[in-house]
Amino acid sequence: MAESDRKELVVIGGGPGGYAAAFMAADLGMKVTLIDPGENPGGTCLYRGCIPSKSLLHVAKLIMESRDAKEWGLTFEEPKIDIDKLRTWKNDVIGKLTGGLGQLAKQRKVEHVRGMAKFKDAHTLEVNMVEGGTQTMPFETAILASGSEPATIKSLMIDSPHLLNSTTALDLPEIPEKMLIIGGGYIGLEMGTVYASLGSRVSLVEMTSGLLPGVDRDLVAILARRIKANFESVMLNTTVKALSPQKNGIKVSFEGDEAPDGDRIFDKVLMAVGRRPNSEGLGLENTGVEINERGFAKVDEQRRSAEPSIFVIGDLAGEPMLAHKATHEGRIAAEAIAGSKIAYEPQAVPAVVFTDPEVAWAGLTETQAKEQGKEVAIAKFPWGASGRALTLGRSDGLTKLIIDPSNERILGVGIVGPGAGELIAEGVVAIEMAATALDVSLSIHPHPTLSETIMEAAEAFYGVPTHIYRPKKK
Amino acid sequence: MVKEVRLPEVSENVESGVVTEVLVSKGDTVEVDQPIIELETDKAVLEVPSSEAGTVTEVLVKPDQEIKIGDVIIKVDTGGAEKKTEKKEEKKPSEETPSGKEAEAGEKEPESREKPGKEKAEREEEAGEETAEEKEKEKKAEPEEPRRPKYEPPKISEPVPASPSVRRLAREIGVDIQQVAGTGPGGRISEDDVKAHAKQIVTRGGAAVPQRKLPDFSKWGEIERESFSTIRRITAENVAYSWSTIPHVTQFDEADITEVEEFRKQYGSKVEEAGGKLTVTAILLKVLAAGLKAFPRFNSSLDMNAQEIIYKKYYHIAVAVDTNHGLIMPVIRDVDKKNLIDLSLELGDIAMRARKKKITPDELEGGTFTISNQGAIGGTNFTPIIFPPQVAILGVSRAAVRQVRTDDGFKARLILPLSLSYDHRANDGADAARFLGWIVKALEEPLLITLEG
Repeated sequence: MAESDRKELVVIGGGPGGYAAAFMAADLGMKVTLIDPGENPGGTCLYRGCIPSKSLLHVAKLIMESRDAKEWGLTFEEPKIDIDKLRTWKNDVIGKLTGGLGQLAKQRKVEHVRGMAKFKDAHTLEVNMVEGGTQTMPFETAILASGSEPATIKSLMIDSPHLLNSTTALDLPEIPEKMLIIGGGYIGLEMGTVYASLGSRVSLVEMTSGLLPGVDRDLVAILARRIKANFESVMLNTTVKALSPQKNGIKVSFEGDEAPDGDRIFDKVLMAVGRRPNSEGLGLENTGVEINERGFAKVDEQRRSAEPSIFVIGDLAGEPMLAHKATHEGRIAAEAIAGSKIAYEPQAVPAVVFTDPEVAWAGLTETQAKEQGKEVAIAKFPWGASGRALTLGRSDGLTKLIIDPSNERILGVGIVGPGAGELIAEGVVAIEMAATALDVSLSIHPHPTLSETIMEAAEAFYGVPTHIYRPKKK
Repeated sequence: MVKEVRLPEVSENVESGVVTEVLVSKGDTVEVDQPIIELETDKAVLEVPSSEAGTVTEVLVKPDQEIKIGDVIIKVDTGGAEKKTEKKEEKKPSEETPSGKEAEAGEKEPESREKPGKEKAEREEEAGEETAEEKEKEKKAEPEEPRRPKYEPPKISEPVPASPSVRRLAREIGVDIQQVAGTGPGGRISEDDVKAHAKQIVTRGGAAVPQRKLPDFSKWGEIERESFSTIRRITAENVAYSWSTIPHVTQFDEADITEVEEFRKQYGSKVEEAGGKLTVTAILLKVLAAGLKAFPRFNSSLDMNAQEIIYKKYYHIAVAVDTNHGLIMPVIRDVDKKNLIDLSLELGDIAMRARKKKITPDELEGGTFTISNQGAIGGTNFTPIIFPPQVAILGVSRAAVRQVRTDDGFKARLILPLSLSYDHRANDGADAARFLGWIVKALEEPLLITLEG
């Protein structure tokens, strides 16, 4: 056990929050130590989340489109899927990205310590090194970015290789014939989309009355149509009562509105019931960091925790548990530590569900406006009237703006349709810049693109969209 | 019949307030106009009277709760169904022993503002029974507190119509973006708007200076903490704002009020017949109204943004009243149009009501000048602080008999010390000397009032 020098800044966790914070701090002239067990930075997002799932979703999209093409007079044979090669390709993508991050860390002279850190007190870490042994590490300031892990339903946790979580499902062990997904949130829907396109017969069970709880229903309705067509079944208002391990699968008994008669056997069951912030095993009890009842750390506007020497960012700092929010927080925390008078104050954190079609939203949603009793105007543009959508053979989309009628400012944007995840960025900029619907409607959008749907939704607010005829009200 | 007592319109432009104290509890009998809660508004603390008489059946507000005009405060059984009321009253003694009632009140009290301090004091007393070691520990633990930057949960606010770069600029230069008025479409705040706002703060001289850290006073002996009362808080804010934004100068002078005093004795009984008391303050009010007419810039306000002086053609003079709960400055309107008897009666009335917390927020507004008379307490002179947006205040100290050399040799005269604090942006030293000189002269030769006032 070697007592090394007091570190200026330690960043715990190498995910998109942690490495962004470390890089920013290094760029601001700090001496940074990044502690993460991985060979390279990357965290959940790169190794076990966003990146692998998007690689696979891209494949899924290709397969789906090749099937859709039959309608357009283009018939492909069913694809031959070499799952090992697919897995290798996905891992190559991860390898390239994480390797690149390792390079960037080196270039910035960020010291990467491979290990798991635990607080001994507000200024000391004990690091369990990957290569073995422990190291005591005194520090001045820490940024804690410990992320989250898949949540579980304890009563359903059986010991079976056929019970998957998002991490193991992304490892693509095989393509099961029959698969059950527990949870109709974004992880369940994305993984279901991947496996359904690879040929699995996917069933999904969701305890609430709809998919993607909390998201505006008009957006979800369009996604739900396609999900129902591609999945074997979607059971709403239904829960899983029990799982029992079988030799070649798992027997599942259901309960609720749409529960099937009798038990069913699935080759694989994926539990995708959300994520839980990692606050345990970090020695936080030895510090003044306060954790609330939902497991999130209490942080101020600069992401400083109740312990002044420790900042907390990313999933542990609160909802939404999204990589891009963590990255932004990480950069803010680094600047705050450098002495800048800044704060984490986004007006829109975009969220994207990478299903087919994609669902994306930013800022205020119609659902939230209703809950808050806030008066808003909704302007919609259905993709049936978009030339670009029709050329893609996909008119199943909708773009909507949530507008403050008193000053015509855009407070929220919601989009469902292929490519919604790319389109939402314009919505974020519009909201952050306090753009009015008039600003957006007067900004020329390229034709023919899906981005025009945002402009035309803004035009619809004034009752004069080019591609929809609205009879004048008298 | 149960009737609801709602928060009435207590003052112009006041839409809501925070309940500071609930003065009635369930089961109490209330009269019409009996105060039921104490309400703190932006402008003042006032008592809200009941509009109904009867038995309180329900109290719907609690201390620290913000309530709006029209919100139900209490429900009162007005006794329309008298039997019911009687029944209740019959039941009460057996149900609630006096001690039980006290216990109930005790439960509610911790919510009131003053209580925490008291409780803490009690706790500290109890601590005396703890071992010395424990006490030591507690003492040690306390100083830790101020050293830690206090954790403040992030504010959840309405989205501000400003781009991220503009929001960042505002934060960096210490401007609260929520306070900036946007000039762009949809109220959008530009970089220029933020800068203009900052400039305005600077010209007003008002940027908040961060408070210095306090030492740990308990190191040197026993201490006790008490929360600011609302009046203390408002006074502190007002005088700090005045002191830091107004360039104060105080002009001193003395008036020979021997003859005024004789007049006061001679005609005092007349005022007494009318139910008031003829005081030096009343006479000063009358003199001041005339003086302000002759020197209108002492009855003005400054618009620093527009670089203009605002002259007021009315003479509403605020009178500083010392009460048990703090300094209150009710305004007497149209002083120039009232005679000494009217003014004396009104002075007596507002002083009495101020002490009983019966002054409405409206009565605290619209003053054009202030008078603060410490004569009853003592002192030879003091430098009063101007009450913005006024530009001057007259301080009056205790009159004393002095030997004054006159044409007929030394004579005992009653001399009144006066101190005029004025905003040097509005008036210069010579103006102040002339104005205060005029007041002195008018006290000595009252006919001057008829000449110029």
